Amino acid sequence: MWRRSASFILDDERRRTSNSPPMADNTTRAPFQNPDAISAYYQTRAAHHGVITSDWLAQAQAAVGGGVSGEENSDSSVSELGKDKSFNVIEEFNGWRKQPDLAEAVAAIRALAAVIRASEASTMMELEIELKKASDTLKSWDKTSISLTAGCDLFIRYVTRTSALEYEDFNSAKSRLLERAEKFGEISCKARKIIAMLSQDFIFDGCTILVHGLSRVVLEILKTAAQNNKLFRVLCTEGRPDGTGVLLSNELSKLDIPVKLLLDSAVAYSMDEVDMVFVGADGVVESGGIINMMGTYQIALVAHSMNKPVYVAAESYKFARLYPLDQKDMAPALRPIEFGVKIPAKVEVEMSARDYTPPQYLTLLFTDLGVLSPSVVSDELIQLYL
Amino acid sequence: MDPRRGPLAVPKVRRVGFFTSIEPSPETPRPNRSLSGPAEAITSSSPLSDSPSGQFISPVQIPPSRHHSDNLASRAAPVPVPGPSAFRRQLANDRALHVGSYNPVDSLLGTSPPSSNGEVSEDSGSLFGFQRSDSAKLSASFPNGGFDMTMRVRAPQESEAKVAIASTSDGRKKNVEASAGEGESVAAKPRKEKETKSLKEKTSKAERRAIQEAQRAAKASAKGEGSKRAGESSRPKPSKPAKQPQPKKEAPQVTSSVSEKRAVSVEKERRMDVPQTQMQYDDKSRVDKAKRRSVVEQTESKNKVELFLHLPQYERGNQLPNLSSNIFSLDTIHHAVYKVGLQHLAGDISGDNARCIAMLHAFQEAINDYTTPPMKDLTMDLTAKINGYVSFLIECRPLSMSMGNAIRFLKNQIRKLPVDLSEPEAKASLCSEIGRFIDEKILLADKVIVQHAVTKIRDGEVLLTYGFSCVVEMILLYAHEIGRKFRVVIVDSRPNLEGQKLLRRLVTRGLDCTYTHINAVSYIMGEVTRVFLGASSIFSNGTLYSKVGTACVAMVANAFSVPVIVCCEAYKFHERVLLDSICSNELGDPDAIANVPLRNNKKHSKTMDNNKNLQFLNLMYDSTPAEYISMIVTDYGMIPPTSIPVIVREYRREDLLL
Repeated sequence: MWRRSASFILDDERRRTSNSPPMADNTTRAPFQNPDAISAYYQTRAAHHGVITSDWLAQAQAAVGGGVSGEENSDSSVSELGKDKSFNVIEEFNGWRKQPDLAEAVAAIRALAAVIRASEASTMMELEIELKKASDTLKSWDKTSISLTAGCDLFIRYVTRTSALEYEDFNSAKSRLLERAEKFGEISCKARKIIAMLSQDFIFDGCTILVHGLSRVVLEILKTAAQNNKLFRVLCTEGRPDGTGVLLSNELSKLDIPVKLLLDSAVAYSMDEVDMVFVGADGVVESGGIINMMGTYQIALVAHSMNKPVYVAAESYKFARLYPLDQKDMAPALRPIEFGVKIPAKVEVEMSARDYTPPQYLTLLFTDLGVLSPSVVSDELIQLYL
Repeated sequence: MDPRRGPLAVPKVRRVGFFTSIEPSPETPRPNRSLSGPAEAITSSSPLSDSPSGQFISPVQIPPSRHHSDNLASRAAPVPVPGPSAFRRQLANDRALHVGSYNPVDSLLGTSPPSSNGEVSEDSGSLFGFQRSDSAKLSASFPNGGFDMTMRVRAPQESEAKVAIASTSDGRKKNVEASAGEGESVAAKPRKEKETKSLKEKTSKAERRAIQEAQRAAKASAKGEGSKRAGESSRPKPSKPAKQPQPKKEAPQVTSSVSEKRAVSVEKERRMDVPQTQMQYDDKSRVDKAKRRSVVEQTESKNKVELFLHLPQYERGNQLPNLSSNIFSLDTIHHAVYKVGLQHLAGDISGDNARCIAMLHAFQEAINDYTTPPMKDLTMDLTAKINGYVSFLIECRPLSMSMGNAIRFLKNQIRKLPVDLSEPEAKASLCSEIGRFIDEKILLADKVIVQHAVTKIRDGEVLLTYGFSCVVEMILLYAHEIGRKFRVVIVDSRPNLEGQKLLRRLVTRGLDCTYTHINAVSYIMGEVTRVFLGASSIFSNGTLYSKVGTACVAMVANAFSVPVIVCCEAYKFHERVLLDSICSNELGDPDAIANVPLRNNKKHSKTMDNNKNLQFLNLMYDSTPAEYISMIVTDYGMIPPTSIPVIVREYRREDLLL
């Protein structure tokens, strides 16, 4: 039966089409040679995780871009990718993206705002076309980042909608757009606070929370709960290969929250004592499911079969008009994985950095629009985009 | 709808039953209404009108204006029918119980300032307000006398109520009085309550249902005559005592033919404005009536399946020559519509989109040839004409949901025509609107769907489709055109074997196909990666209504965790909810499944024909629950089945709804 499976065929296809077998030089860790195969989004995330500090969250959102040490090696390679296209937008975007506290979507919108500022267009129509071009280059530059796509789409959406309102002169419309772009950054920061507030009702004293991945929103939620003097315990998965769980547990222990680290494979073992599962999301898709760090689907499945609620914390700018039907139905986001030992040349390595969790395994989504059931996501998206 | 309302009302009644304190509130509106309303209304609320509250209030004269508003309001907002409890109460036939139970409310509401006339009519829009204001009014009437002291004139009582509002101390005094009144009955209460409870348990479900039905019928008849008599309702008292005994007798014998007949006739009247598609064919009188009007003479097949008696089933093949012979004698039906009807009847046009487009084209033609008769209004007359056409089409073959939607769209367009438009202009605008509907909602929508769906076809996939759907065909052909490499499995089923048509078309275009019957679906599903299905309609709860067998394919796919993709234009979405495939379905020719072609079994079928114990069921549609559907591809993009109501709400309001 397995031979018939199309996924096998597909994998086969991909291997054949890719000019260099990605696993061949895995041990030498030279994945940057194949820039298209590596997800820039997950690279950045890894970079942010690598430089995490105690003031990581306290950092003001208006902080100046760049300047964090240790980031250079990975990000310089990324910006190299951008340079060969030599587009202003991408450099701008990369500049914004270096701020660890700034969400990808906000960075995208700031970059687009810079486009508006630099634009010499004299009519709204021209500006719109220019913006569209810029957002298309941004989107095509990193197809794996959902919030980048969603952020671009949202902003373009806003521009096209407001231009219909016809301001009396072009300059006021332009400044209005810039204003909006500025506001968006604030909104994104506020969104986390709102989500943290909303989720407080769900965390009760004496509960045990399983957390997977390092999500800024989830951390904010736990922090707020701790500040509200709630007594709870957190189980962190290790989060290979980035070690996100280690970082999160570090952060939590600073807040005096009891934390326990688990192997990624120990989720089912410890699900008994868990009261709820909290995960973040890289993207929330039309079906109401989420795309998140590898392992989320597995945890959601285990939690579902043990009747534990799975809560997702995600800002509304992560809502994307995507509809994956299965795991392979997304643009592959590959990340190099270090195994520590030499992998034989003939062995394949699964390098995907994310998976898709279907909506039936999720209980609720905490967003800045409110606490939603998965099926409402589609309603919101339809109202947003159609 | 009505049977659904019944059970809804029950919890309310139950609550009332347990908390005797609130008891009067739900039932009081009815006696009041019966007071104001016609004599029928009194007989109508049969089990209730002998309830003590009704009697107690009856002597109290209440200004007619208020009743009037009450009456209207009750028509607007249906009051829950307190079925079982009413019956129980009626059986118990006890007054003391009710009086006793009033008092706590009195004490609560006696001081609240409710009973101005205007307020009642306003409040009564919402159920709660209605009850409350009424009970409040009761409270105003009750404290100043026990159950036997309510025999008072209206005026002083009203003034008393005002006093109660004004001074709380006064109100408190009244409460004391009321509790004194209660004291008399309190002793009797617990015992009676027990009795009623046991009685309630004894009434079977069927009985309760029958009572509800009788009440409903009575209510409806009251409604019918209420408007007539509303004017003279100021003094309904004299009629009341005379009428009262009657319901008392009648209601317990729930199966009495009188009430049943009334129910039927009322139901008939009420449904006159309901679209014909929902006609119940097990309702004899309606069927007879419909037959008299009908153009197409169809003979009903004799041996029908019990569960599907409500659907029309006709012997096939004998009406066609008859119809085509008198094509020139019929002037009520436009020839284009006539042609389409015959094509539907003969099965020359199949497929929802094709049928819908054919029908709309015929309407276009008919509108073009239409001239408003003198002394008539175009909007009214044309709508009537269209209605006639529609009922003709229904006689030929039951309408599909999408056709129903298209007809609603057309009627709405007619209704929305500006009054100052001249006739040719109106006709031209209607025709162009119909053309726009066909282009935008059907043809263009298909193109958009194809564009969306193709993104879900990757190289190396195995796609399964069931039967024939033109959208799915377009998707497959387009995907092939843009160079995707995939294989198609076509699953087909008897008796229509529509899949063969698809197979022929795909194979001639060079697609790699596998053809199999639905019997093999569980075998073939193992190698399939995507299932593409067409739809006849999708309902608000996400239920897919499609060619029979679709549900089976979807369920098997779900069991194999293969994603099921439904392709459906948004104009086919329906705002109703479908739970099973029994209520709305279509019966095909039973002979089609009795006779297997290529097999010489004529003799065999002859013996089967006369067999009373053998019924053939050839269902045309079935319903697939939403949980088996992974995605719906529509002209608004790819959406989960839970989002159908959003599309219906957001995008179809302007087209279809009033």
